[in-house]
Amino acid sequence: MSELRNSTQKLSYLQAIVEAQREEMRRDERVILIGEDIAVYGAQTLFDEFDENRLWNTPISEGSFTGVGVGAALTGLRPIVDLTIASFAYLASDQIINQAAKLRFMTGGQLRVPLVVRLSTFYNNRTAAQHADRPYPLFMNTPGLKVIAPATASDMKGLLKSAIRDDDPVIVFEDINLWGKKEEVPVDPDFLIPIGKAHVKRAGSDVTIVGFAGSLPPSLAAAELLSKEGVDVEVIDLRTIVPMDKETILASVAKTGRLVIADNSHRIGSIASEIAAVVSEDGFESLRKPIQRVTTPSVHIPYNPTVEKQLYPTKDSIAAAVRRIL
Amino acid sequence: MPLDRVQQLELFTRMVRIRKFEEAIIAHNPVGHLSIGQEGAIVGACMALREEDYVTGTHRSHGHPIGKGADILPLMAEIFGKQTGICKGLGGSMHLTDTSKGLICESAIVGGGFPLATGAGLSIKVRKTDQVSLCFFGDGATNQGTFHESINMAAIWKLPVIYFCENNGYAVTTSVEKSHGQPDIARRADGYGIPGIIVDGQDAEAVYEVTQTAVNRARAGEGPTLIEAKTYRFDEHSNRLAIPIRYRSDEEISHHRTNRDPIILYRDILDERGLLAEAQAVEVAVTQLMEEAVQFAKDSREPDMQDLIDNMYSNPIHFPADAGFA
Ligand SMILES: Cc1ncc(C[n+]2csc(CCOP(=O)(O)OP(=O)(O)O)c2C)c(N)n1
Repeated sequence: MSELRNSTQKLSYLQAIVEAQREEMRRDERVILIGEDIAVYGAQTLFDEFDENRLWNTPISEGSFTGVGVGAALTGLRPIVDLTIASFAYLASDQIINQAAKLRFMTGGQLRVPLVVRLSTFYNNRTAAQHADRPYPLFMNTPGLKVIAPATASDMKGLLKSAIRDDDPVIVFEDINLWGKKEEVPVDPDFLIPIGKAHVKRAGSDVTIVGFAGSLPPSLAAAELLSKEGVDVEVIDLRTIVPMDKETILASVAKTGRLVIADNSHRIGSIASEIAAVVSEDGFESLRKPIQRVTTPSVHIPYNPTVEKQLYPTKDSIAAAVRRIL
Repeated sequence: MPLDRVQQLELFTRMVRIRKFEEAIIAHNPVGHLSIGQEGAIVGACMALREEDYVTGTHRSHGHPIGKGADILPLMAEIFGKQTGICKGLGGSMHLTDTSKGLICESAIVGGGFPLATGAGLSIKVRKTDQVSLCFFGDGATNQGTFHESINMAAIWKLPVIYFCENNGYAVTTSVEKSHGQPDIARRADGYGIPGIIVDGQDAEAVYEVTQTAVNRARAGEGPTLIEAKTYRFDEHSNRLAIPIRYRSDEEISHHRTNRDPIILYRDILDERGLLAEAQAVEVAVTQLMEEAVQFAKDSREPDMQDLIDNMYSNPIHFPADAGFA
């Protein structure tokens, strides 16, 4: 057992998603998976192991199969709804926002909604405006949900498993630009990462960069670049959007006095905006320079890949933001 | 199986409870979408269910829990918004829920209940119990996409769901004739390959019988049924809504009030069966119960801010630090 606990296996981010689901489906027969053509989106090996009572391949009915997950969650199951592409969450938003997020509250705690909704952000993939959204802020602005957006295979595995075991609805953002990234991931089936804890990826004393999901790799790359210029950067991986780990961010800013937030959301009302507001309210005295947001401009995502890739935070745009406040 | 005398009186009791509960609402004037006139459809359907069977209700919300046998005092306190309410004063009219009686939720989003009831049916199938799930909705709700999506899924998967339409002829001011290509909701069942049955909603025992058939079918694993009970609402859409146009005639309303009141019709039947004295005793007892319930509601405390926090998430420790409570 202790051997198992200490060993790791090399998994991609996408494999980590599949393994987390497999382990939780094995552990708890109440866990089921619901979605369209789910075999296409990484679940094919689950079909070898689990029967049709656990894997519900649905008609094209996002608005309703998400609610089927809610109804199943209310009555004793722990469904994972795979909405595949995050832009489809708009069709399901009534069931996510009006039902899943509110039912516990509106019934005075009589109901629990142990539901996981998986959303993949398909940006930077030449899919154009109707497939490339990164709607993290929509769900951050909905009380009653927990929202996670992991950036590494280990974090994905540990956080997704925590989400499946959680008694509240959890929105899981997957980033397709990270799907292929491999990492040594703990094998222990009880390896869990707590929802609500950020991770200091890199310690530093001059400036804090907060990133998450697809904005984490360019944040780390920017830190590397800047270290060659003699700038000591601390990088925080937010990992969970709601509840947000204010403490870790504020502690870092108290040390560095400078904050850059890298976020693939559209700029207006972004996750970066929220973090900036929190630090202005509770950490203003620590700040030596204005907070910088590196975000996606509030324009729709174009089909043309040359312009598309210029919209998201990059190593260079993040480094430039740091240099502005040194 | 026909109802025995005890069940007949129970059916009558629940209808009278809905009527007098709503008369108390009229007297005290909180917001309420009243089911007066529709009691026969509601209770007739519920009498065909066991306590552990699931029901989802609608914005016209008082009849469904009462029909399922819920305790009156917490329901009344909920209408008054008090902490002793069944939903701790946080749900109120349109969202009455009593999970102890299988009433799993009510949706004020018209059409929002279809996926939830369908999900409950899916959960029954996965957990292999012999429960059923009954979904109440109005004629107006059937024009939502969730109606189609949900019944389609229940039909292909043979889920134990009864879709029960209380067709009162109107959605606020819009008549069935003006909003449906053909006016019989039940005929839509053909599109899903399931039975569609029309019943006189003012005849509570007739409703009981068709629902019983649908329940037997569902328990036998033969899948969903669509029932349409033709009924009528005697009062306005909501007791607090001023309707500026005339969308139905006084003659039509008075015809239904005089000749088609399900409670009067059933009292006459009980009289013919020699149960008049018992029926009158029910009316006296229910009147007293409502007085007691109103007093209980008035004497109860209001919810406070801590009640809001306590009912947001399953574990208050995870309540987001950035949620805005000081
Ligand atoms: C999605 C949605 N659209 C509109 C409304 C406003 N609304 C509340 S009740 C209602 C009519 C519903 O008609 P029906 O389903 O026939 O039920 P009834 O009121 O007749 O019981 C409407 C339009 C709403 N609550 N939700």
